Amino acid sequence: MVGLQHFLTLGSVIFAIGFYGAVTKRNLVVVLMCIELMFNAVNIVVVAMSRYLVPLAMQRAPDSAEAAVAQTLLTGQVFAVFVITVAAAEVALALGIVIAIYRTRRTADTNELKLMSR
Amino acid sequence: MTPSGLEQSTAFMAIWWVVAAMSVIAATLVVRLKDVLRAALALVGVFISVVVLFFMLNAELLAVAQLLIYGGAISILIIFAVLLTRDVHEGSPSNALQAPAILLSAGLLAVMTFVINNTDWKLLSEARLAPAAQERAAEVFANSTPWLAGLLMRQFVLPFEVASVLLLAAVIGALALLREQ
Repeated sequence: MVGLQHFLTLGSVIFAIGFYGAVTKRNLVVVLMCIELMFNAVNIVVVAMSRYLVPLAMQRAPDSAEAAVAQTLLTGQVFAVFVITVAAAEVALALGIVIAIYRTRRTADTNELKLMSR
Repeated sequence: MTPSGLEQSTAFMAIWWVVAAMSVIAATLVVRLKDVLRAALALVGVFISVVVLFFMLNAELLAVAQLLIYGGAISILIIFAVLLTRDVHEGSPSNALQAPAILLSAGLLAVMTFVINNTDWKLLSEARLAPAAQERAAEVFANSTPWLAGLLMRQFVLPFEVASVLLLAAVIGALALLREQ
């Protein structure tokens, strides 16, 4: 049977792959793609937690059937909504920066972009 | 605590393993493929399998949003960026940090797996809830979108509004960056 642990492990595996790529890749666009992988891994984890775990409000009031208590079950999904929003803003800005760098320096290689080193 | 008992079925498990394998293979392809354009297409594969995972977790609104925003907008943006930067076929070489990076991410994965398997999770299926509360929880997951809207518009209304300011700032910032000097 598939349970919470399965989803969390899948999220961790994808996060680790994304982390590896974000640290090692030399092409700026590929680094961005790996950061998107990490965002998606986190989204899987928060949505799975919201589906399988009991929120604190329900733990405190196990007998309550109020809507205000029941809807806290979806807090993880709200987090995922914000992650998706921030990821959209991030990717628009970051790709803008990559294109701007590429236009002025004619490269998108992280090894050749050393503006801040002496 | 399942809305339909679907989670116990063999079909659910089979679909889960197929989608999990697909997402991990596609994620590996993103970091392994030489051709950046093909890596971008593999990334779209990851996005689509996450859509299926969201459906399996009763998050319909998020699944559709994921399909539209990641599968549509972000993947198109990334493919445009790949095509606009010339070195598409030069591939995505790794830097000198490959060995330490593999070690570090494997260590990170080991720590996360350890934590996942040794935490005392307060599972919904094992919780001692009153029957009315259980019914309410099943109701929430059977039709999650209106409940999500209620939560977003009441408890999380301030971050919701701030997010719109963030998106506006991102649009203006991207325009300012790319404007012809």
